[in-house]
Parts: sequence; structure tokens; C-alpha cells
Amino acid sequence: MSTNTIATPKPKKPWRPTPKALIPTYLGILATILGTWILIEFTGLAGKLGAFASAVFLTTLISSLIAGLQRGKQAAKNAAVAAIITSGALVAVFPVVSILGTVIARGVKGIYLGFFTTDMGLASVNDPLNVGGILHAIVGTALMIVIATLVSVPLGISTAIYLTEIKGPGTRLIRFLIQAMSGVPSIVAGLFIYSALISGSGRGFNGLFGAFALAILMLPTVARTAEEVLLLIAQDLREAGLALGATQWRTVAMVVVPAAKSGLITAVILGVARIAGETAPLLFTTGGGDVTNLNPVDGVMGSIPFAIWKALISGSEESNARAWASILVLLVLVMVLFFSARRLGKVRR
Amino acid sequence: MLEEKASSTPKPREITTRPRVSDKIFRAVIFTGALSSLVILAAIAIFLGARGFEILAREGLSFITGYEWYSSINADGTSGDDPSVYGIGAMLIGTIVIAFIAIAIGVPISIAAALYLNFYAPNIIRGFLVGVIDLMAAFPSILFGLWGFNILMPSGEYWAKLLHKYLGWIPLFDVSTPFFSRSPFIAGLVLSIMIIPIVTSIAREVFSQTPLDRIQAAYALGATKWTMIRAVVLPFGYSGVVGGAMLGLGRAMGETVAVFTVLNIVFQANFQILLGAGGNVASMIILKFGEASAEEIKALMAAGLMLFLLTLIVNMLADLLVSRTVKQGR
Repeated sequence: MSTNTIATPKPKKPWRPTPKALIPTYLGILATILGTWILIEFTGLAGKLGAFASAVFLTTLISSLIAGLQRGKQAAKNAAVAAIITSGALVAVFPVVSILGTVIARGVKGIYLGFFTTDMGLASVNDPLNVGGILHAIVGTALMIVIATLVSVPLGISTAIYLTEIKGPGTRLIRFLIQAMSGVPSIVAGLFIYSALISGSGRGFNGLFGAFALAILMLPTVARTAEEVLLLIAQDLREAGLALGATQWRTVAMVVVPAAKSGLITAVILGVARIAGETAPLLFTTGGGDVTNLNPVDGVMGSIPFAIWKALISGSEESNARAWASILVLLVLVMVLFFSARRLGKVRR
Repeated sequence: MLEEKASSTPKPREITTRPRVSDKIFRAVIFTGALSSLVILAAIAIFLGARGFEILAREGLSFITGYEWYSSINADGTSGDDPSVYGIGAMLIGTIVIAFIAIAIGVPISIAAALYLNFYAPNIIRGFLVGVIDLMAAFPSILFGLWGFNILMPSGEYWAKLLHKYLGWIPLFDVSTPFFSRSPFIAGLVLSIMIIPIVTSIAREVFSQTPLDRIQAAYALGATKWTMIRAVVLPFGYSGVVGGAMLGLGRAMGETVAVFTVLNIVFQANFQILLGAGGNVASMIILKFGEASAEEIKALMAAGLMLFLLTLIVNMLADLLVSRTVKQGR
């Protein structure tokens, strides 16, 4: 009879503050809100930014006051710093929110079906928004990304394999150079291709040269990410391969690379995301055509960043709307790449 | 019987570390690929140097120190009366000024964000924020340019006016004419936002390498979170954060499109950062490239070479600082 009445003790959380202990916190929040309202209403501060600044100031002040009254001077300092650091993190994230909001709000206005199926060959930048589109730019960007990937991925992955598997002479130097190369300004890559392949040679702008410039920027991203991925592969796997009598190249090709496959794909995707929106190198190499051009070795080639650049420079209201619409397309592309890379990266771990 | 067995013992196998032929080919191929970074970096220096050599040799040191940029040869090949002068002094000063504004604004925010992510944020928020900041790193620079021009510049101008009103007695915040639009300050503001992701991620990595026993020792001695950070985390991460800031500096110096959209380029050394006149080597190259004569193109190549060397040096120093700290923690 009494077997079922054994009371299971309710789990207690003694570290939880009691409702009574929370009263000062609630009062503090209330005071901050009231104080912010008063500051905005009765002083020169105005706008969202003024509200944010006064909220940060008051939170810092009031939280440190409460902590100080309860637990002394050190606690007051601690609370003040916590408030400042948290607001710093908020400030760091704020631009992303603003950028996403603006691009979506302004970009959708310029999007219509024909935007993806027509090019600017017969339209001028000042034409109304329902004329012309960015087909030429999408085609150009896709072609150049493919070529740049074909060039930079073999080089980048063999660099990573050299750094992690072979570790031959110059490993440290090459790792250092790859790091330095990732900081090369994009404009320098464009100028280099221009000076090496176009200037004084009689050749004109074309998509292939643009892709070469992009490949220079993509290489360090691919190499560094691939190196990190290969370093995560357990040493046991390599030793097992060698113990079975495989040569080094069989071990790398049959064991290490397949084990790191999803990570290596992540590296490639991150590289593509790095170059998809690059503008400066294309200004020196592609010429930025308005007509859909499928031939990368002949004639000027458009691209999404270049289309945005052109629309931005011409400055009319229609072209501005077109720039926002194009950047929305570019942003969606970059975000798709980014999130697929993250997804793949998660699977790996 | 015994002798028979001895004779059937296989000969000792030769054990060698000499690679097989297939491995030799494999290593040669991979090594060739790995040399690409060396080859490309060398080729960039050689080609830009070769094209710009004529101008560099003629102008000498005044290419770096001179403030004047004047091409007497027009795009159609006709020559003007005055001799051409090429000097990027004003642009170099402008590049450095803008990059330092970006560092001054961006680095404290990044350090705060990194400290928050490592020591304050609850787990769920941490994962989300890290994702947002990484996403920000993937945003193309033209996006920052467009956003900076349309959204940030109006409020940037407002802040510049406030700074001028209350701090105008400091020479840095003084302006000779009340023209606040497209100033180095606004360009630096845009750049500061662009470098936040990279500086934050490096600072976060450096801080996360802080030895746990030191953190716990500080707590055991009765430190609050802030005194622990001040006594353990910041001294440990100092040189790594400096390296991260320098990486940000390198990025800020080489940034082109975003600066071009928000900066009014004027060939003069301007230290009044709120005044709408500034310089930036990368943006200047884009500005002049369109209508440049053959000779001016060579001068632009020389300017590109200077930019390349400047960013390369800054990046290498930064890399040394960061890798030293990260290794120290492991």
C-alpha cells in the first residue's frame, strides 16, 4: 500500500537566486528603461543611436551601482566591465543586421523574372527597371568561378598535402608564404594579371584573365582550410595504410583524402565564397561587358560585381535600384555557399 | 634436420627508407604544386616592378614622398607642356591614416566581442554570434561599399559634426572648411566594420588558448571575472591580439572598392580626418586607371608594387606575432 507513496524529491536548485534577491535586478532594468527615456526626451541625444548609447551608459552605471551596494567595489567594477563588453559584442553584430535588412528591403524592388533572363545589351543603365537584367553577369560570374576553381583547387590542395603529408624542405616557408598571400590586396592581383598578360601584349580584356586573377585570391583560402582539415585526420589512419604496405601516395590517395573529403569540399566552397564578390581584380581584367558572352577567351565578360560597380558609378535612380537588386542576388549566392560550407564542416566534426 | 631448416630461412629483407618510384613522382608533383605560392608572389613583384621600373627610376625617392600626380600625356597620346610628375606621398599618408582610424574603432569592439564570446556568452548565443561574425567575413567588399555609402555615410557625417562641435579644439578633429561628407573618418568607419570579423576571430582564438590552470588559479585567489581577465587573459593574449590588429591593418590598407565609394580622393596630405578630402593608394589606382596613358599606367603599376610590399610586410609581421602566441598556449 505504501509502496507507491515514496515521494521522489523534487530537484532543487539552491544556486538559483530567490525572487527576493532578484528585486534589485528588476528595479535596475526598470530604472535603465526610464532613464533612457528621460535622456532622450530632455537632452540633445536623438535617434536609435542616441537611445543605444544612453542605454549602454545607464546599464553600465546602474548594474555596477547595484553590484557595488551588494558586494563592494570589486563587484561594481566587474559588473561595469561586463556591461561594456556585452555592448561591444552587440555593436560588432549590429552592421550585419543593418546590411541584411537594407539589402533585402531595397533589393527586392528591382527583382522581376526578366532580371534573370535578359542582359543589359539592349538596355541602358537609365532605363526603367523592367527592362534588362543581369543574365550576362550571372553567366560571367559562373564561368569565371569554374575556371578559377579548376586552376586554384589542384594547386591549393597539393600545397596542403605538401604541408601535412610530405613535410619536405621549405614546409615552414611555404606555410608562411600562403599566410602572407592571403593578405595580398585584391587590387594587386588584378594589376598583376594586367601587367603580365594584357598590358602591351595587344590582347584585350577577357573572362579567362579575370578568372586567373580570382584564382590567385582563391588559392590561399583553399590551401589554408584544406591544411586544417588534413591535420584533423587521425595519424592512426596514415600508419595503418603504411603498415599494410601501401606506398605514401597510395596512402594519401586511398586513405587520407577520402577521409577528409567533406572537409576538402568545404575548403573549395569557402574559396568560391571568397572570390564570388571580388570586384577590384575584375575591373582590370574582364572589361565588364553588357552582353551575354559564353566564350571566356574572347571578348569582354560581365560579372555580378562589375554590374553592381557600373550601376553604382552611373548614379541614376534606376541604376541604383538595379545595383541593390544585383547585390541581393550576390548576397544570396554568398550566403548559400557559406551555409553549405558550415553544414559540411559540421558533419565532419 | 636442423641444417635443412637453417637453409630454408629467407634471406634478410633489405629495409630502406628510399621511396619507391611512384612515391618519387607523387612527391615531385605535389612539391611543384606547393611551390605555386612562392612563384605567384615572386611573379607579382617581378612583373609590377618591371612595368613600373621606368617611373621608379626617374622619380626616385620622390615617388614615395612627392604629393603631386600629374600626367602630361593625354589618353589620345598628345603631350602637354609641363613634364609629368608622379608622387604617391599623399596617398600613402592617406592609406595609413585611414587604416589607423579603422584600427582605432574596430579593434576595441573586436576585443570586447572576443572576450564576450569566450567568457560571458551562454552557449546558444555563442554559436549564433560566431556564425554571424563569420558570415560577415564572407560579405563581399562592394556590399560594404554600397551599404557604407547609402546607410552609414549619413550617420557618419552626423557623428563627425558632433565630434567637431565638442572636440574641435583638438587639431585632429578640426576642419578648415565645414565639409564633412566622404572624409577619411567615414572611410575608416566603413573599414573598421570590415576588419571586425578577422580581428575578432583571431582574438577569440588567442584568448581561447589561455591556459585553464592559470584562469582557475586566478579564481581560486578570489578574482572576479574582470580581474581574472585583466591579470591572466589580457597579458597572455597581448601579442596575439596585436598581431590580429596588424592583420586587420593589412586588410584595411589594401581595401579598394569599399573605400573608393565613400572617399573623396584629393592629392594633398590631410590630417584633418573629418574633412572630406583624403587619399588611398588602392582607390587612387582605380580612379586613375580608366583614362590613363601608357606612361601613367606604368606609374600605377609602381604604385601597386608599393601597396603590395607594404601589405606584405604588415601581414608577415602580424603572422609572426599571432603564431607565436598560439603556439605558446599549446
